[in-house]
Amino acid sequence: MRQMDLFSSPEPMTPITVSGLTRYIREMFEVDYRLQDVWVEGEVSGVSRPSSGHIYFALKDAASQVACVMWKAAAPMFGALVVHGRQIVAHGKVSVYEPRGSYQLYVDRVQSKGLGDLHAQFELLKARLEAEGLFAPERKRPLPEFPHRIGLVTSPTGAVLRDICSILSRRWPLVELVLAPTLVQGEEAPPQILAALDALYQRDDLDLIIVARGGGSLEDLWAFNDERVARKLADSRVPIVSGVGHETDFTISDFVADLRAPTPSAAAELTTPDRLERAAQVTAWQSQLVSAMSGRLHDWRAALVSQRRSLAHLSPQMRLANLRQHADDLISQATLAVSHQLQLRRERLTGLVARLDALSPLAVLQRGYAVVRRDGQLVKSVVQVSPGDRLSVRVSDGEFDVTARSEV
Amino acid sequence: MKKQIKTEELSFEAAFAQLEEIVGKLEAGDLSLDDALALFERGQRLATLCGTKLDEAELVVQKLSASGALEPFDVDEER
Repeated sequence: MRQMDLFSSPEPMTPITVSGLTRYIREMFEVDYRLQDVWVEGEVSGVSRPSSGHIYFALKDAASQVACVMWKAAAPMFGALVVHGRQIVAHGKVSVYEPRGSYQLYVDRVQSKGLGDLHAQFELLKARLEAEGLFAPERKRPLPEFPHRIGLVTSPTGAVLRDICSILSRRWPLVELVLAPTLVQGEEAPPQILAALDALYQRDDLDLIIVARGGGSLEDLWAFNDERVARKLADSRVPIVSGVGHETDFTISDFVADLRAPTPSAAAELTTPDRLERAAQVTAWQSQLVSAMSGRLHDWRAALVSQRRSLAHLSPQMRLANLRQHADDLISQATLAVSHQLQLRRERLTGLVARLDALSPLAVLQRGYAVVRRDGQLVKSVVQVSPGDRLSVRVSDGEFDVTARSEV
Repeated sequence: MKKQIKTEELSFEAAFAQLEEIVGKLEAGDLSLDDALALFERGQRLATLCGTKLDEAELVVQKLSASGALEPFDVDEER
């Protein structure tokens, strides 16, 4: 056999290669027929389902665990039973995964063995507290819109605290975080969590309390399934938000809390407003202020214009102006009438003058007659004249004197 | 007229709520010119205050010590 060849070098100190050793060990497993057809009972833990379709997990009991893989081919039939915390009986063969030098159970069949121990405890406690009304919807309190101070129960080291701080810094840095540090895993965790909560309960300046822990197996999260912790959470005067494990993990703390956040980061998001959203709201209100104010001003200005207009109609100036215009009208009418009269008179005068001309003695004189006067008296008869009298004779273009010589 | 608190003393929350109220009043109309101008001015101050508070805030983290006292806590130093 090849195995034998590996160690059959003539030189005692000749080393073998790592892959040689690993292959040798794998073949050791594979030649043992009991390991090639075995049933193993244990609790499922650390399930991973990558996109390849294979399922990787561990089976464990109180003392040990074994890595398991279920190939894609078996997954549709049995994959549903591979659930974290579940007690199962798996069938398969044991072999070595050479690249890592680790042995694992290649599972090809699974039978359910009912709930795992922890799972059973969880269900029992959950049913009991639920019956007591600790999870009742009417116990749930609303969260404040703008928290000023948030209490945080979590580990002072690790990613959870950093994640929460970075989300708060980004979303709502106006808040103050009061950290009550505690272990979040293991035997010591529940009493520490109780002490942390008690310390926070001493304060009266907190708006809410977040209880947080990152993801892990059912055992890792077990402190948050502790009955004492659950009852302590139920005692809180301010709302409790739980952010324990991943989205798929449920703990008793989640049920007691006023709000269950799927993850610690989600707890930070759900408890705070978004700074950018609020800033945008403030900006929107600011422009609403401006447009409302300019609308008001526009209304007032329009009202002012129309009032000024009606005032103008009623003002004494306006009446004076009207009267003045009326007066102007009258004056021009009068002027027209007067000049018309004058014209008429002028025409009548011309007529009269013509008539006067027709009657004038001068016109007779033109025809050759003369007017004779004696001492200014018209001479109309011979009796008025004696010889030697001086007479004046008027003809059309002048006068001359004559002397009367004889009687007629 | 209502007693006016100086804007500087307001929390973000209070300033934010007052700003919303003022916008509502100003949009509803039926105010005297003086009241409207006063509200407008106050609204502008509140908006500025809200903006400043949002821009300038920095997260404060404090650790509760065993004695119950608060001590400053630097997240990045704890690794």
